[in-house]
Amino acid sequence: MRKLVIAISMLALAASAAFADPILDRQALMKERGKIVGGISKVVKGEEPFDAAAVLTALQALQANAEKVDVDALFPAGSDTGDTTAAPKIWEDMPGFKAANDKFIADVKAATAAAPADVDTLKAQFDTIASNCGTCHQTYRVKKG
Amino acid sequence: MPWLKKLVGALVVLGGVGAVAGWVLSAPVRLDSETLAKLGPGDAARGKRIFYAGGCTSCHAKPGSQGDARLQLVGGLALKTPFGTFVPPNISQDAKDGIGAWSVEDLANAMLKGVSPSGEHLYPAFPYASYARMKPGDIADLYAFLKTLPAVAGKAPGNSLTFPFNIRRGIGLWKRLYLGDQPVVSLPEGTPDPVMAGRYLVEGPGHCGECHTPRDFAGGTKKSEWLAGAVAAEGSGVVPNITSGEGGIGNWSEADIANYLETGFTPDFDAVGGAMVDVQKNMAELTAGDRAAIAAYLKVVPPHPNGYPARKKTAN
Repeated sequence: MRKLVIAISMLALAASAAFADPILDRQALMKERGKIVGGISKVVKGEEPFDAAAVLTALQALQANAEKVDVDALFPAGSDTGDTTAAPKIWEDMPGFKAANDKFIADVKAATAAAPADVDTLKAQFDTIASNCGTCHQTYRVKKG
Repeated sequence: MPWLKKLVGALVVLGGVGAVAGWVLSAPVRLDSETLAKLGPGDAARGKRIFYAGGCTSCHAKPGSQGDARLQLVGGLALKTPFGTFVPPNISQDAKDGIGAWSVEDLANAMLKGVSPSGEHLYPAFPYASYARMKPGDIADLYAFLKTLPAVAGKAPGNSLTFPFNIRRGIGLWKRLYLGDQPVVSLPEGTPDPVMAGRYLVEGPGHCGECHTPRDFAGGTKKSEWLAGAVAAEGSGVVPNITSGEGGIGNWSEADIANYLETGFTPDFDAVGGAMVDVQKNMAELTAGDRAAIAAYLKVVPPHPNGYPARKKTAN
């Protein structure tokens, strides 16, 4: 039993060490977000047929991804340096950054709640969601070499 | 000591000749009558395309404005560069604060020669080094379209530049080095039309090279590293390499490039960021044919490795 407790606590320790880097965490979330958005965009562009159930699943995945972005945990003070393309502006204007993040979450939630039944409805919701990407990256991301 | 007198005399003469030569060489040069004759009547509908290809709103719209408000070209977006801070002026139709009183010839001289109506040099932060490659007829069309936009009162604050960049006359010498109407990439006889059209859009109105090409010590674009990417003029970032060289977009198809310009998404669904956000919104206003032409041209641009230094990985 004691061995088990130790093993579990070591696992937990290892896990927390693996997820202790907020820069890697937020990058993994953004990568995943891109994949989901890319999948939905194929349907919007007509490259893949519209399947209401599949679209809803994708939107729910996007919502889960969006809700995982806890700004305080993922963008703590000091995580502006290192291998990151997060712009200094995030820490200069934390309320603005949080508002941008909240707007994205709200737009995704609205789309999920509406459960689009046809491709035109999906397109309108997709455009609203996707407009967040550029707006946020315009101010809060800096391209690096 | 007659030799000293002679030496002083010679130096004075030489200095005088140099000053006169410098003054002559730095003089603003306006368009000749032959070019002005090609302006033509101008068509606002066609001018709308040039307006978006030229990206006027990116610098001249009120900073932070969205939607139709971006057509109020009141200026004011500060561009903080190593030379100092440039502030794009009001180019709305307001006769006093904007360019409402300008003639089409005035606009052509500004865009193709970098000369203001009062005969002063304009700073090349206004990308006339690229616009100089535009057809006069397109300037006339743009003029007609600008006439349809609102007049907005209010002057943007002036530039604040460091010495010697605050001396406008010096720009005349800069122009002798960097201003011309010839294309950057020479294309052989028989090049497909879309590539030719793309070259015009990218090198001329689109002025892509102004940010995507590294600059030399005097602030001119390095044609030997055309579109290879560059350290951003502002802030700490870089502007990407858009040639097919290492670090560039060689693995993007033409469709990928056109899609990026339309939607703002890269092939792996990263999203457009930074100053490119406004540019992409302008590109989305063009026709699919124009975006395809830009893509076709970018695929034939000579490949270069990145025109900016590799990122220093900081330990953390």
